[in-house]
Amino acid sequence: MTHTTEAPVYGYDDLRRLMSLMTGDEKHGPAALSTLDALWVLYDRVLRVSPGAADAPGRDRFLLSKGHGPMAYYAVLASRGFFGEELLPGFGSYDSPLGHHPDRLLVPGVEIGSGSLGHGLPLAVGSVLGLRAQGLTGPRVWVLTGDAELDEGSNHEAIAYAGPAGLEQLHTVVIDNASATYARPGGIAARFEAAGWSAWTVDGTDHEALHGAFAAPHPGQPHAVIARVASKH
Amino acid sequence: MDTMRDRFITTTSRLLDEDPRLALVLAEISRDGFDTAARAHPDRVVNVGIREQLLIGVGAGMALTGLRPVMHTFASFLVERPFEQVKLDLGHQGVGGVLVSSGASYDWPAGGFTHMAPGDVALLDTLDGWTVHVPGHPDEAETLLRRAVATDERVYVRLSVQANRTARPATGDAFVPLRRGTAGVVVAVGPVLDDVLAATEGLDLTVLYATTVRPFDAAGLRRAAGAVTAADVVVVEPYLAGTSTGAANDALADLPHRVLGLGVSRTELRRYGGLEEHLVAHGLDPEGLRGRITGFLRR
Repeated sequence: MTHTTEAPVYGYDDLRRLMSLMTGDEKHGPAALSTLDALWVLYDRVLRVSPGAADAPGRDRFLLSKGHGPMAYYAVLASRGFFGEELLPGFGSYDSPLGHHPDRLLVPGVEIGSGSLGHGLPLAVGSVLGLRAQGLTGPRVWVLTGDAELDEGSNHEAIAYAGPAGLEQLHTVVIDNASATYARPGGIAARFEAAGWSAWTVDGTDHEALHGAFAAPHPGQPHAVIARVASKH
Repeated sequence: MDTMRDRFITTTSRLLDEDPRLALVLAEISRDGFDTAARAHPDRVVNVGIREQLLIGVGAGMALTGLRPVMHTFASFLVERPFEQVKLDLGHQGVGGVLVSSGASYDWPAGGFTHMAPGDVALLDTLDGWTVHVPGHPDEAETLLRRAVATDERVYVRLSVQANRTARPATGDAFVPLRRGTAGVVVAVGPVLDDVLAATEGLDLTVLYATTVRPFDAAGLRRAAGAVTAADVVVVEPYLAGTSTGAANDALADLPHRVLGLGVSRTELRRYGGLEEHLVAHGLDPEGLRGRITGFLRR
């Protein structure tokens, strides 16, 4: 297997135009844009997955756990050629595969259907275990969650298991827009570190910082990147 | 005789040796029984601790990568507690898996209501595409488990301590006629069979035996009900009374009929004690069954 991906159909500068095809608005609020930079850096520089290898057993997996506000996700997938931009204007309509929460059975490149919070991390833990059981120790599994999504107890079942189990193939990016009503005492990174994870906190709009955190080695541990973005409030 | 749960452990351990696609996910329950299998297959036998949402999520994640997961704990913690994971991580993601429960409706009455799951099959009835096996004997449990593992479907295998003295074939989804009569039809599901046979001894009734209740053998029930004088049908189930009444009604839609659904009462008993006492309390012992069946047929 090669680790090269196909040339992107569009670049970062096209993403807001692609998003506006869905929203009908050139301007997007902080909530809609909160995931955009992390998603772009992941798909542009980190994930070894492409439309031609969307079903390859050895691909990296990206699981969007925080399914709310998926416009940035769809824009990035379209920019990478997983589907054509002609699908974007139909966003949310009856005949469109692009819902306000993604469905893996409808959208090429989407690894899980999400919307109900707290399902991505457990599914990612199982994906890592499933890959490892088949001797596939190369593929990496990434999950994107929100900071408030970490309120859901199912995440803590996954976090508390994955650390002691040493799931090095598991990666989480937490988009922290300070939307949790009750901020986690000690910060989000401390929660992961206490469970035996490697954890980095970075500016979620700084592409070099994001890439540095995404690519940081974490031998024998799962890895969490807390990407701080503008507050929702 | 071994229990269904014992047989689940020996059979699954053997299947793990034979099938590299098979994986087992545990949440502490039955951990000791799978000790040997876990040492032989450390990557395919996973104990996630006392974390039932993770139990289902992990099994589903494994299925996303192409494995065939078996997920196991007590019925109350396998179906009821992580029900949304069952609905979304398996159903909505479009992947398969085998849920194998123990504990049933009152396997451990001294443990109280927290460890009773009479509503498990009714809950799964709200979801699409589930096959439900209810074995009545350890041999049937082994047959049904092997069938479940060999598919890619979503399958629930409901094990219980209550069991019949002898095993019947459980090779297909069709209800098996064990007695032929003319006055009505009784469907006995899994472990209630011995008590149903005792209860209907000497009565002129057809007795059908069901170990697979979903899909429901509508054609088999329709055939049996069409062959008796009046289409009076009693369904006896070892879980919530009436769980299959709707399915039976649908099967008989083209025939004037009556259906009586017998099973575990919805009312919480708040009693401990033993299995036999709970069977009596729910009217599922031979005497209780006979009284209710004959009362229904007299009308």
